[in-house]
Formats: sequence, C-alpha cells, structure tokens
Amino acid sequence: MKQLLGEAVNECLSELVEENDKLVVLNADVAKSVGIREFGRTHPDRFLQMGISEQDMVLTACGLASCGYIPVVSTFAKFGSLRVAEQISTFAAYPRQNVKILVSHGGISPAGDGVTHQSVEDLGAIRAIPGMTVIEPYDGNSCKALMRLAVEHPGPVYFRMNREKLPLLPPTELELGKGVELRAGSDIPILAIGGMVALALEAAVSLERESGISAAVYAIHTLKPLDEALIRTLAETYGALVTAEEHNIQCGLGEAVSRVVTDSCPVPVGKVAIQDTFAQSGAYAELLAYYHVAPADIAACVKATLERKSRR
Amino acid sequence: MERTEELRRISTLARQDVVQMIYEAHAGHVGGSLSIMDILTALYYGVMNVDPRNPQWEDRDRLVLSKGHAAPALYVTLMNKGYFSREHLGTLRKMGSILQGHPDMRKTPGLDFTSGSLGNGLGLGNGMALAARLSGKDYHTYVILGDGELQEGTVWESAMTAGAKKLSNLTAIVDINGLQVEGAVKDIKDLGDLRGKWESFGFAVTEVDGHDMEQLYPALLRTKEPHDRPMAILAHTVKGKGLSFAEGQMNWHKGDFTPENYAQAMRELKEALEG
Repeated sequence: MKQLLGEAVNECLSELVEENDKLVVLNADVAKSVGIREFGRTHPDRFLQMGISEQDMVLTACGLASCGYIPVVSTFAKFGSLRVAEQISTFAAYPRQNVKILVSHGGISPAGDGVTHQSVEDLGAIRAIPGMTVIEPYDGNSCKALMRLAVEHPGPVYFRMNREKLPLLPPTELELGKGVELRAGSDIPILAIGGMVALALEAAVSLERESGISAAVYAIHTLKPLDEALIRTLAETYGALVTAEEHNIQCGLGEAVSRVVTDSCPVPVGKVAIQDTFAQSGAYAELLAYYHVAPADIAACVKATLERKSRR
Repeated sequence: MERTEELRRISTLARQDVVQMIYEAHAGHVGGSLSIMDILTALYYGVMNVDPRNPQWEDRDRLVLSKGHAAPALYVTLMNKGYFSREHLGTLRKMGSILQGHPDMRKTPGLDFTSGSLGNGLGLGNGMALAARLSGKDYHTYVILGDGELQEGTVWESAMTAGAKKLSNLTAIVDINGLQVEGAVKDIKDLGDLRGKWESFGFAVTEVDGHDMEQLYPALLRTKEPHDRPMAILAHTVKGKGLSFAEGQMNWHKGDFTPENYAQAMRELKEALEG
C-alpha cells in the first residue's frame, strides 16, 4: 500500500489544530499540490492563503511566531528553501522563532515537472543554517509522527516531503534526532533518508536473495541534528556504511555522515546520491535509474563499499 | 502645543545620545538614525501603548525597525524609556553588548523583532497584525521603512498582503530622506509616485514633514482611530537631521565622529535645546 505524504501531513495537521489553538497554516497558492487543501477547507480560520509570495509568507510566519503562534508555512522544496533561505536564516533561525517550513516536491520526485520544480540542493542549504532542525519522513506513518514532533519541538524546522506515493511501512516509535532501524542485517548498514528508505529496503531484499549479503537499513529521518552516536556505533560495528538520499551528493546526508565517521572512526562510506547535476523531466522510476539513485544503484554501492572494506 | 514642544525636547536629547553612542562605538549609521529620531520619539512617547517594565507584554503595540541600520535611534529611545540602563550606551557594536550593530530581539529588551536585512520588516509586521486579528487583541503594529529600502521587491509582496487582508491594525511609516548608500534614491532607482503606489496597494496614505511634530504627532495618533485598511505615513525627512554638517550629506550615511565634529554636534544640539 502506498500513500502520498501530503495526505498524511494533512491528516496530522487536522488533528493537531484541534489540540493546539496556536497552530496556523500558511500556503503560497499550492495547497492542493502540497496536500493540505482539505485542511484549508475544514479550518479556514486557521489557514492563511498568502498568494504566490513565499518570502512574504515566511516573514509573516516569523511575525506570527513572535506573538506566540506556531505557523506552518507550506510550498515546494525549491521555493521553501533557496527562495526564502535568507528569511529562514535571519528571521526564523537567528531569533529562534517557532516556524515550521513544510515543503513537498523534495528531490527529483516531481518527476514530470522538471528542474525548476525539483530540489536537489535544499537540504544542504538549510542544513548550513545554525539552529535549524531538518526532517524528512520516509512514509505516511513517519510523516504523521514526525510532523507532530516538529510542531511540538520549540524552534524552526524544515520538513521535506517526497512528492511520490511511498510504500507504507509499519509504524515505529520515532524521536527527533534518532535514526531508526527498519531492517536488521549483519554485513553493512544502509542509512537512508526520505523516499530512499523504501528503495534501500528493496535493495536489501535483493542483496540477500541474489548475493547473500545481509544489509541493515536505517531511516535517518532527522538530517539535523544528526544521530552522531548511532553513526559512530554503526561505523565501529560494521566497519563500513552506505548512505542513500534523493539530493545532491554535495552537502547532503552522505557528507554529513562522512564528517561524523572521519571524526570518530574512519571507515569507507559509500554514497548513493545525485552526482552534482540537475535532473530533467521524466517518469519517476526512469529518473531514479538514470541518476543512479535506484535500488540497483544502492545494491551496487553496497557491494563496492564492502569491497573497499575488504581491501583495507 | 505643550505636548509637541515636550516631544521636540525629548527628541533633541535623544539626538545627543545617538551622537554619544556612535562616537563611542567609532561607527554607526548617523544619517538614517537622525532622520527617524522624531518619528520614534512621537511613537514611543505619545502614541504606542507599551510598558518598559514588561517588554514581553502580550497586548503591547509593536514596532519593527525594518531599516535596522538606524538601530542607534531605537536603542536610545528604548534606553530612555527605561527598557535598559544607560550603562549600555557606550557598548554599541562591541563584543558581548546587548546593542548589536543591527537590532537583535534576543539581546535588547524592548525590541519586537530582529532586523537589518532590508525589505523584510513589513512582512514581519503583517504577521504581528494577523496574530492580533487571530487572537482578538487590539494592539497596533508599526513598521518603519527607509525610502531606499522600497527598492526591495519583498516590500511590495508584503504591502500587497497588508492591503489584500485589510490589516487596519498595521501602519507602515516610510522615512523619505532621499538618500541611500551610493547616492540619491531618485538617481539610483527612482521610486516614482510613492503616494500612488501605496494607495494602489490598499493603504490609506498620509504625507507629513517627519520633523514637524505639529504634523507628525497628530498623524501618528490618527493610526489609533478606527479605519478599514492599513495606513502608510510618508514622512519627508532630512538625513542627519540636527547636525549642520551631516544634514543631507551622503557621506554621513554611516560614519565616525572626529573629536571636532563630535564637539560641534553636541554644541549644536545643546543650542537647539536652549533655542
């Protein structure tokens, strides 16, 4: 069974707004695409349509937050990161305002829309801002749980959603900043974020079946603060790691994990990511394969990384 | 008449403090601080409902200094209102100071928001005004913008929001001193018909001499009267107002006082007090 994360987040926000009279949702003319149009319909008094003006939307949210509200602004990843990077940095993060940036269309997942609506650099840009929390759920259940945690967390949060329907995984207890093991394995762990979690699980199954390799899969749903303790433990235990992300190889999960590994326990880190390029329009599965972020690429990276480990 | 006379006096004393503050810091935005000094004085001493003993009071009127580089004028106003003690006056721009080069709401008591990057204050003010509407509070939000700042596109995104949402509890005050860092605003990028622009974005516009308390103070008081849309007060001002050698001078946008011009500035302001 698959679910759009936007659908899950709409459900979660509709619950939260009943519990929290400070929650208010802002949107920049893309409520339907983000998935929260229903929220806007059912809670018109807590939904501010800001029109096509993302910078103004983020500023308005910061002003609302300074008066005790918990604003959730929503748009696409590209516009909710690069377009408003300075507003997030100077007016949300620097004064530590309780603003949540909810974005859909993370990665190359708005496949047909092409480069202007895809986002391969947002995680890097936002991760570099001091004090930001950066979250990417990996399915509908984690999306609901993490959005609740994001709203409860005092401070600015960037919440990135994949635009594709993602396989629903069994619900798990989640904690911000703590990676979670979704599949046990004895040879090597794959640390995946967002939509890549399901693909990593797929890769792990085929590795087991076809090559007898036992790969563990961890969902790193919080890119920042990163679960450094987990990464150190995995590096020490397995002697090699693989990361998988729908983001540029520059400044994403792979580099973040590598920093922790080189600082503590240097071991090979294989990275599955977009290779510093813009993508293009196409079917999602085709794009994943073309840009080498498909399950087959994860499997190949696992083998290559184990090979590097064995040569050490 | 007595009230405006008193406001003028407070403002001149505040100008002395601004000069002192920037003299001790060896740097600061002199011109744009002095052009808004009368506006801030009228607001904090005659118009805004605030409580310096309770800076976070939920029902207070808010002010966003969108042209954050004029921080010294706001710092002096807050200091003289009693938000913090005079001992901080000499610490502007120094390590560990509560008085950062540009306003930091987490460091200076009485600041309603951080600012300094131009073009962003009106959107912040909209958020505060919308918060008042959502929570049924009747406080008013004031945003002070520079004229050069109006070249930022975000100002107009936010002006459109304020107009479309009829934020009658919001007032934008534009400090029209005619100068920006590299020259006259009209030469760098002419703003055209400012009154027409603000009116077309849904604002009720008032134009005043931003240094004439007889015009400025009543215009600001009128923001508290019931109306159906946001207000824009276009305040015509003089950059560096009050210092003969700095008035209308581009090179006094940001500056450092020599002992000589510091002495002259203090002398001129003293004469203004006595005059």
